Amino acid sequence: MATAQTRTLARIMMAPSVIVLLIWMIVPLAMTLWFSFQNYSLINPMMTGFAGWGNYLYVIGDPSFTQSLVNTLILVGGVLLITVIGGTFLALLLDQPIWGQGILRIIVISPFFVMPPVAALIWKNGFMHPGYGMLGHLWKFFGLEPVDWFNQYPLFSVIVIVAWQWLPFATLILLTALQSLSEEQREAAEMDGANAINRFYYIILPHMARSITIVILIQTIFLLGIFAEIRVTTGGGPGYASTNIAFLVFRTGILSNDIGAGSAGGVVAVVIANIVAFFLMRAVGKNLDA
Amino acid sequence: MARNVSTGTKVGFTIAAWAVALILFSPILWVLLTAFKTEAEAISNTPTFFPQNFTLENFSAVQDRSDYFKHAINSILVSVGSTLLGLIIGIPAAWSMAFAPSKKTKDILMWMLSTKMMPAVGVLIPIYLIFRDLRLLDTVHGLTLIMTLINLPIIIWMLYTYFKEIPVDILEAARMDGAELWNEIVHVLVPMAVPGIASTLLLNVILAWNEAFWTITLTSGRAGTLTAFISSFSSPQGLFLAKLSAASLLAIAPILLMGWFSQKQLVRGLTFGAVK
Repeated sequence: MATAQTRTLARIMMAPSVIVLLIWMIVPLAMTLWFSFQNYSLINPMMTGFAGWGNYLYVIGDPSFTQSLVNTLILVGGVLLITVIGGTFLALLLDQPIWGQGILRIIVISPFFVMPPVAALIWKNGFMHPGYGMLGHLWKFFGLEPVDWFNQYPLFSVIVIVAWQWLPFATLILLTALQSLSEEQREAAEMDGANAINRFYYIILPHMARSITIVILIQTIFLLGIFAEIRVTTGGGPGYASTNIAFLVFRTGILSNDIGAGSAGGVVAVVIANIVAFFLMRAVGKNLDA
Repeated sequence: MARNVSTGTKVGFTIAAWAVALILFSPILWVLLTAFKTEAEAISNTPTFFPQNFTLENFSAVQDRSDYFKHAINSILVSVGSTLLGLIIGIPAAWSMAFAPSKKTKDILMWMLSTKMMPAVGVLIPIYLIFRDLRLLDTVHGLTLIMTLINLPIIIWMLYTYFKEIPVDILEAARMDGAELWNEIVHVLVPMAVPGIASTLLLNVILAWNEAFWTITLTSGRAGTLTAFISSFSSPQGLFLAKLSAASLLAIAPILLMGWFSQKQLVRGLTFGAVK
């Protein structure tokens, strides 16, 4: 029922958002692309001129890249595995008739509100430190040798921290989905004699499938960019043992001042994220029609 | 949900759920308790649960060492500032997409969402160089600008899904009554949209408060937010566990409280309205 006047006004009202996002999307990305083909270092002014594919070959050819890529996949995959499976079980548990459900929800969601550097430092110093961390005390209590988590299992330690932050997110969303399942459907299945496992497989899981997809896709977007947790705990080390692609770009571009190579790494990160985004957009887009 | 179960089952589930929840909560509990311990007690070989010598000196030590209040003010300025700026730009856009949709509306929404998919490292280097040249590095307004841009898609999406739920008939009725467009917005739309706007505001303040990529890479001493403040505790000198806890508690407490009030909106905001 929009009149011509309304339509014009609508366009004017949309313009600022569209324009700023357009600039935000195009200008820096174009610059990254441009730099990625240039010889450009902040500490070496002699390095100038067109580099061709040089930066890409340099970045991708370096063993640190392969390791960072593998680390990124392990980090994303590991956290997804823990949060989706853990979140499903936790959501099922919280959906049971229990006392204090409201308070429990609040307690369980809390880690999500803890800013990444705080989460990382609590785990690093309060829990995973071999000398005075709580896990160290626990290990000693059972007569075991405390583990120096960040030196022996740096990537695993980062995974634990990130999973702790994202488990509440998965739980909350899956719980929301679970609670929208109609009571009649469950009761009908129960009356038909379906046992708990069958009810889970044939009724609950299909109902949650879409939410699980959304959890996976959204988390992947954030998990590809994990940065602060690495920065304040391992600094990407030892060596490159806990460096992911995001941190590699930071190391190359900002810490080593190699703008060209850092940009090439950035472009690679964008390509990876785009592949994931493609699927996320389709999932969310489908919902928009509904 | 009133499912009929025996009390025994209920007790079992309750114990299991509380046990898991408390394990998940234990790092936060640790911070809460350690912040009030002395350093000697915090690293003692026989850990205590409650502080034996309750002390507040960690908090003053943290303030003296790293100036909590300066960083907290920066965090408030950046998170609230960027959210308000985002709302000013985003409300008109979301309004027009919800009430005067065209064929392109869906495409525009999806495109806006796609900007959120761009990994920050993909544009870190140009932004860093632009900021350096424009002298925006380590400034509160520079950081606020970036924060507005990265959260604008979420703001518009959230507002859009809320505005969509406002019955159009009411707006039509107001229009029939001869209300001007501006009056329509101020007297009809705004009162109905306020809850949605408030939720959007709350969630975005939380997201901006906890943002730890741009805040760490683009600031140092002057415009550092609480994320940068905490990161400065990553290279400890001497006894510091209790002080780290005090600093952590100061950094997360405000947002934890806000988060507890907005957990419903969180689901909706972070899934771009896909799960309500």
